Amino acid sequence: MQTEKKVEERLWEYMDGLATEQEKNIIEKLIATDIAWKEKYNDLLELQQLIHSTDLEEPSMRFTKNVMDEIAKVHIAPATKSYLNKNIIRGIAAVFIGMLVFIFFYAFVQIDWQAGSSTAVPVKLKNFDYNSIFSSISINALIMINIILGLFLLDRYLATKKKNYKAQAR
Amino acid sequence: MSAGLSDKEIIDKVLAGDQQAYAELVTRYQHYVFTLALRFTNNREDAEELSQDIFVKTYRALADFKGASKFSTWLYTIVNTTCISFLRKKRIKTKSFEEEGSIEIADTIHGDTNASLAEQKSKITMVNNAIRLLGADDATIITLFYKSEQSLEEIAQILHIEVNAVKVRLYRARTRLKEKMQTFFAEDVRNLY
Repeated sequence: MQTEKKVEERLWEYMDGLATEQEKNIIEKLIATDIAWKEKYNDLLELQQLIHSTDLEEPSMRFTKNVMDEIAKVHIAPATKSYLNKNIIRGIAAVFIGMLVFIFFYAFVQIDWQAGSSTAVPVKLKNFDYNSIFSSISINALIMINIILGLFLLDRYLATKKKNYKAQAR
Repeated sequence: MSAGLSDKEIIDKVLAGDQQAYAELVTRYQHYVFTLALRFTNNREDAEELSQDIFVKTYRALADFKGASKFSTWLYTIVNTTCISFLRKKRIKTKSFEEEGSIEIADTIHGDTNASLAEQKSKITMVNNAIRLLGADDATIITLFYKSEQSLEEIAQILHIEVNAVKVRLYRARTRLKEKMQTFFAEDVRNLY
């Protein structure tokens, strides 16, 4: 025996025209032979027809005139496409791609292909002088700003995800 | 006159400089836009002001409409985003009427319904009032699907969600509508079925 919820779900799919041909035939058969299905179908059908028959809300009589009065004061904005120059976007993309290619190429030519199969890291990390990199105040400040911005973006991203999840769960 | 023209033809006329042709689009869609705005705000003055803003915003952005979707779908996307940002600004609670204060509001509507039913014996009024008792999300999705004749794919585009999420939300909205009708208009529902 199917739950009432499942029956309703299947009936709405059928009524919305979303059921597959096979499912459609099964439901038509059930409506024709099963009284419970027929009653439920009639209930939902009446509700659907009533929703279709509901009235739209009426704005005030002066609505169109008010809108046209407002519109007289403004102009149509140029299409986004017209002020977004594709050449500039392509140029920026080319710079970034060029930088990546250069970095990869530079890294590639630096590899010592004669180093053999040893997996040992050729640089002694313990001896690496981090102080030489992080000694500058401006670099430290820049890193700090980037960390704060990163956390801010992560917070925004998670908040949006949470909101979407709540909206979909409702 | 633009009455017999398609939406796209009217838009082309407006873009060609015939500003008055836009009045036909406003007349054509004002009820849909106003109804949707009212679903969000639950306040006629706010809904009217918002609807005006939406039509002005749409007019200003008209050059961006490329006809990839129906004009109505594009317009309702603007309705959705404008209403959401309006609610954010005003911090209006869009929670369902199940929460605090719902009974009084429902009673008011129920009173109207009884009077209205007595006069018109209208089942439609009852459903209309039950939709008003729904939360903004549920009322909007029902309005978009049944009154604005948008497909599930188009609603997904308008609300920026997946088609499957639209299906789930539509099913839940209809279930809640039935619940509202049974809770607040029990007597009328008995007469209905």
